[in-house]
Amino acid sequence: MTWRMQIRRDRTLLVMTAPVLVLLALFAYVPMVGSVMAFQQYSVYTGFWESDWVGMATFQQLLGDALFWQAFENTLVISAVQLLLYFPVPIALALLLNSIISGKVRSFVQSVVYLPHFFSWVLVITIFQQMLGGAGALNSLLRRHGFEPWDIMTDPGTFTYLLTAQAVWKEAGWGIIVFLAALAAIDQQLYESAAVDGAGRWRRLWHVTLPGMRAVIVLMLVLRLGNALTVGFEQMLIQRDAVGRDAAEVIDTFAYYYGVVNNNFSYGAAAGLFKGLLSLVLILAANRLAHAFGEDGLYRR
Amino acid sequence: MTMTTTPATGVRSPRRDTRRPPWEERPTPGGQAAKGTILFVVLAVVLVPLYAVVLTSLSDQESINLAGGMVLVPHHLTLESYRAIFSNSLIVHSLLVSLTITVVGTVFSMVTTVLCAYGLSRPRSFGHRAILMALVVTMFFSGGIIPTFMVVSSLGGYDRYWSLILPSAVSVFNIIVMRGFFTHTAQDLIDAARVDGAGDWRILWSVVLPTSRAVVAVITLFYAVGYWNSFFNALLYLPDNGKWPLQMIIYTYTLQGNFMPGTGAVSGQHLGHQALAPLSLQMAVVTLTLIPILVAYPFVQKHFTKGMLIGAIKG
Repeated sequence: MTWRMQIRRDRTLLVMTAPVLVLLALFAYVPMVGSVMAFQQYSVYTGFWESDWVGMATFQQLLGDALFWQAFENTLVISAVQLLLYFPVPIALALLLNSIISGKVRSFVQSVVYLPHFFSWVLVITIFQQMLGGAGALNSLLRRHGFEPWDIMTDPGTFTYLLTAQAVWKEAGWGIIVFLAALAAIDQQLYESAAVDGAGRWRRLWHVTLPGMRAVIVLMLVLRLGNALTVGFEQMLIQRDAVGRDAAEVIDTFAYYYGVVNNNFSYGAAAGLFKGLLSLVLILAANRLAHAFGEDGLYRR
Repeated sequence: MTMTTTPATGVRSPRRDTRRPPWEERPTPGGQAAKGTILFVVLAVVLVPLYAVVLTSLSDQESINLAGGMVLVPHHLTLESYRAIFSNSLIVHSLLVSLTITVVGTVFSMVTTVLCAYGLSRPRSFGHRAILMALVVTMFFSGGIIPTFMVVSSLGGYDRYWSLILPSAVSVFNIIVMRGFFTHTAQDLIDAARVDGAGDWRILWSVVLPTSRAVVAVITLFYAVGYWNSFFNALLYLPDNGKWPLQMIIYTYTLQGNFMPGTGAVSGQHLGHQALAPLSLQMAVVTLTLIPILVAYPFVQKHFTKGMLIGAIKG
């Protein structure tokens, strides 16, 4: 069948994909091409087609900018702390939930812990501010009992942990879904045979449960590593002013502030492009790592 | 690289058997107590703040003064804050904006997503691999915030409501998840419909969609929640508070502590230091944004395990 005939045969299917293709062309591909404005001295007055090309000059300026490296370092530190302190939480919660025998209790706990996933960052941070902030519930309790108040919401020193706590509150509950699915797929006979062979509950956890979750854990780890440079843009943006740039500037907020707020579009675009390219490298590298562990990762070799 | 979506290993739900299997040892009292404590703490950490938000929105100023902020113990309950926000034109308008954006946006996103997912779900159709690749590329690489902002602005999206919908109307992840479901629709049903003379539109509407209720419900919820919660697009494209959705109102008047017009709050004694909207009023707005989520949640929740798939890309 020639391709003309194939197109005739499948034209309905092709028409169905058209709206999404138009949207992605406009709002994903055009910006992708547009990111070459990082190599321009972009000016709103002359526009994209007329602005001067400056080659790598913007990047040279960016890579010599201490503030940019500060944002880069903050991004990596926040990512690393979240990997250590956030990543294990959904796994532990899933194991805990799975060990509950009563179906009613289990589904009640599930519906409660999934809930915060559906709240916006604005809402989550408002709730944190009202509970832990300077005028919040915790501090009025501290003050009433004669302790020094501690405004956690504006303390740069503990900001990374605050971010992690917020991420755990909002997403850890939802994060257990994939692990519960993996747990449900483990063959119950394995547990039985292990128990008959004298393995206690901890040995069964180590030798049956964890190996059964391995593929999903590796997949989640790959996704996490691949997204290491993305650390909750809205979450950061909302809190940046309260905590200060030194602790709360990440690559995304850096790009946003230089680009949109200060109208230095080429500089912001350069920071964004830098991040985009580095993220691509990270995703590919994380997949390599998964393959080295003998797992599929995001795609198979 | 070809794409397949595999259902998460556990489309089977977690073990339903509520009896303890005979080989499992009896739980130790200490273990049970520890488990119970952890569960209690987990539930409290999620529920107490929500309780405090709702309770504070229902409290009068005296209760708030007494509590020194958020109210945890009910003292004197009143609906005054709700009366106040529903007579505040800024808040009522932002509520209407949020509702409209959510309804219009969700319908638009679902139509485009369902069509695209079906269009890519028929085996060996022309070009579906290439189109799928074009979609997936956007998951791995994006032009970034600034070029997107420039494109939307130059298309005239600045200060226009459509900038809250179109730039982030489709999620490639959702398309891939839905396509995964559609490819698993029983082929004999589709063949039978085709023999009866049904075209692709008919098959999608009468065969594929009715058998994919779970994924349609879950993805509708994802899109709706996304629009309801959207904040950054409004920050980026809508400079004027007369057009803001609710999330921007909370961001500006609660988180940033700006003076909210029309709340009857008087200016403070110091010049430039304006009194904030009363806490109960702020919490009433927060509660307002919680309500649709709490209402929709129970209907969709039962589909979560079934509707959640891992969109895995395999080559």
